[in-house]
Amino acid sequence: MLKARLLESKLSSLYKAGKIVGGVYLGKGQEAVSASLGASLVRGRDIFAPLIRDQAGRTAFGESMLDCTRTYLGSVLGPMKGRDGNIHRGRPLEGLPAMISHLGTTVSVVAGMLVARRLKGEMAGVVGATCVGDGATSTGSFHEGLNMVAIENLPMVVIVANNQFAYSTPTDRQYACEDLLDRAKGYGVAGHSVDGTDMLACSKVIGRAVTLAREGAGPQMVVARLLRLSGHGEHDDGSYVPNTLRAGNLGRDCLEVATAQMTEGGYAGADEIERWKTEFTDEVQAAVAQAQQEPAPDPWDEEWFACKSTTGRL
Amino acid sequence: MSVTYVDAIRDAQEKLLRDDPRVFLYGQDISQFGGAFKATKGLAEAFPGRVLDSPISEDAMIGMAVGAAIEGLRPIVEMQFADFSSIAFNQIVNQAATHFYRTGVPVPLTVRLPSGGTPGSGPFHSQSMEALYAHYPGLIVVTPATVSDAYHMLLDAVALDDPVIYCEHKFLYRWLKAPRINGDGLPIGKARITRPGKHATVVAYSAMVHEAVRAADRLKEEGGWEIEVVDLRSVKPLDMDTVLASVARTGRLLALGEAFPWGGVTAEVVSRVCVEGFHLLDAPPLRLNSRDTPVPYHPKLWAAHRPTPETICIELRKLLTF
Repeated sequence: MLKARLLESKLSSLYKAGKIVGGVYLGKGQEAVSASLGASLVRGRDIFAPLIRDQAGRTAFGESMLDCTRTYLGSVLGPMKGRDGNIHRGRPLEGLPAMISHLGTTVSVVAGMLVARRLKGEMAGVVGATCVGDGATSTGSFHEGLNMVAIENLPMVVIVANNQFAYSTPTDRQYACEDLLDRAKGYGVAGHSVDGTDMLACSKVIGRAVTLAREGAGPQMVVARLLRLSGHGEHDDGSYVPNTLRAGNLGRDCLEVATAQMTEGGYAGADEIERWKTEFTDEVQAAVAQAQQEPAPDPWDEEWFACKSTTGRL
Repeated sequence: MSVTYVDAIRDAQEKLLRDDPRVFLYGQDISQFGGAFKATKGLAEAFPGRVLDSPISEDAMIGMAVGAAIEGLRPIVEMQFADFSSIAFNQIVNQAATHFYRTGVPVPLTVRLPSGGTPGSGPFHSQSMEALYAHYPGLIVVTPATVSDAYHMLLDAVALDDPVIYCEHKFLYRWLKAPRINGDGLPIGKARITRPGKHATVVAYSAMVHEAVRAADRLKEEGGWEIEVVDLRSVKPLDMDTVLASVARTGRLLALGEAFPWGGVTAEVVSRVCVEGFHLLDAPPLRLNSRDTPVPYHPKLWAAHRPTPETICIELRKLLTF
């Protein structure tokens, strides 16, 4: 959580300094949820399809920080080679699909990866997971995907990070049910609810959902309640978020809550957390510096082919 | 004993399932029921667990195929009708088509689209979607017109590492028969001269190849005209070498397609011939498509909506007498 927050703070500064083209999208406020999922999954075996606010989950899952800085800063050495940017990155062959911007679409992609594992006889102990926001639950893609996951009874965890706003649209213009959790029953999947600002609760509830999926209990949906503590992207000041929400329980900063939980629970001392901060800040600086020194893609060297099987004019 | 076009599609899938453990089929009603057109008849019994019924969720069907392809499998998705692939449009053009370029990881999946009009099928069970998909980088789009091509091009489609949109024409399913499946070894991306000629070239694909041949037969009888018919076989890649060589021989071009007239395959063919072979033309090239309305239900309206041998002959006479 801390590493992701420090990395994203740096990305935000780089954006504001004009060093990042396109956009920067932060997971501020969602780190407890995202990191709890990423830390519950096993890289090399499980599948994790992150969305826009999952830097913490990516970090916990083991994505290299260079993959992030190279993609944001447009290094040709990054996994997307400058062909796609920012959060649209991944390593699909390593269980980390690269998201597209169209929401809800990761649900069926992860389902297909799991169906493939089943057909190959490699399903034992595997979990697939994805995160979406409250906005994505309104898409047909999310509905079709989750229904399919339920029909195939796949070992999958779908996290709904209900951060109260899809860009600027509040949840009362997104859905009319009392709680998104109620939908789990309709899809025939297990439902869990958690306070997304509470790291220990997230770790427990999301960890249990992953374990249940892994042990054969079928698909699990977790609805986490939280507040996005940034704009939709760094171009957006989020001025439409009412102060009452910011001041309430949902507006707690999960990183501050986690820090208190660590120190009060005796998991880590304040000095140790300070040392982590220094260490992670150095790591972020190094990853940014390296990506900044690397070459940008060269249009003359670019292979302008979208198909693998043919390099001719189509 | 003869083989129909739909038999060829079924038999190709049987061979693929038998020979390649990476292949599985996914679609609506394709398992025990054998598919709306029986293109998967008996396959679920022969290959347990590899012919799966999907919910009515075209978006998720393609998302699922993309995921399976990432994991190294070779899914074949049957859209019950090409028209319903509009629901899957997003996953096809944004997820599948961009995947290799963005990530370097190919997604070898095949989407079977039962395409084109049949009498009485109406606006939502008659569409030709090839131009829409061909527009997007990252997709291969094939349109077999013969029984043997239906068979071999499906095998070839699954062998390709790219997502392939396989447009099979419903009108040909049972009407088109061949004594047996032959292979002439033409790969995807190569057109075929279906009927050689010297006075004009008709470039067609899918069911329109047969209408073009009928029109050519009439003009031969009527005035001794020798019309060359080129079957594109795949609309992306588009085999311009064969098209330009034909236009070089005849000097006259009619581009023929069943799809709607605004843009599309016929416009692309005419455009490329004008740009690359303007000096070969002895007359302005012509295009003939369906009319610019939804595909009508009533057989009388339907027959007047799509190109027919009569309307093809009218266009060809204009071309020949220019």
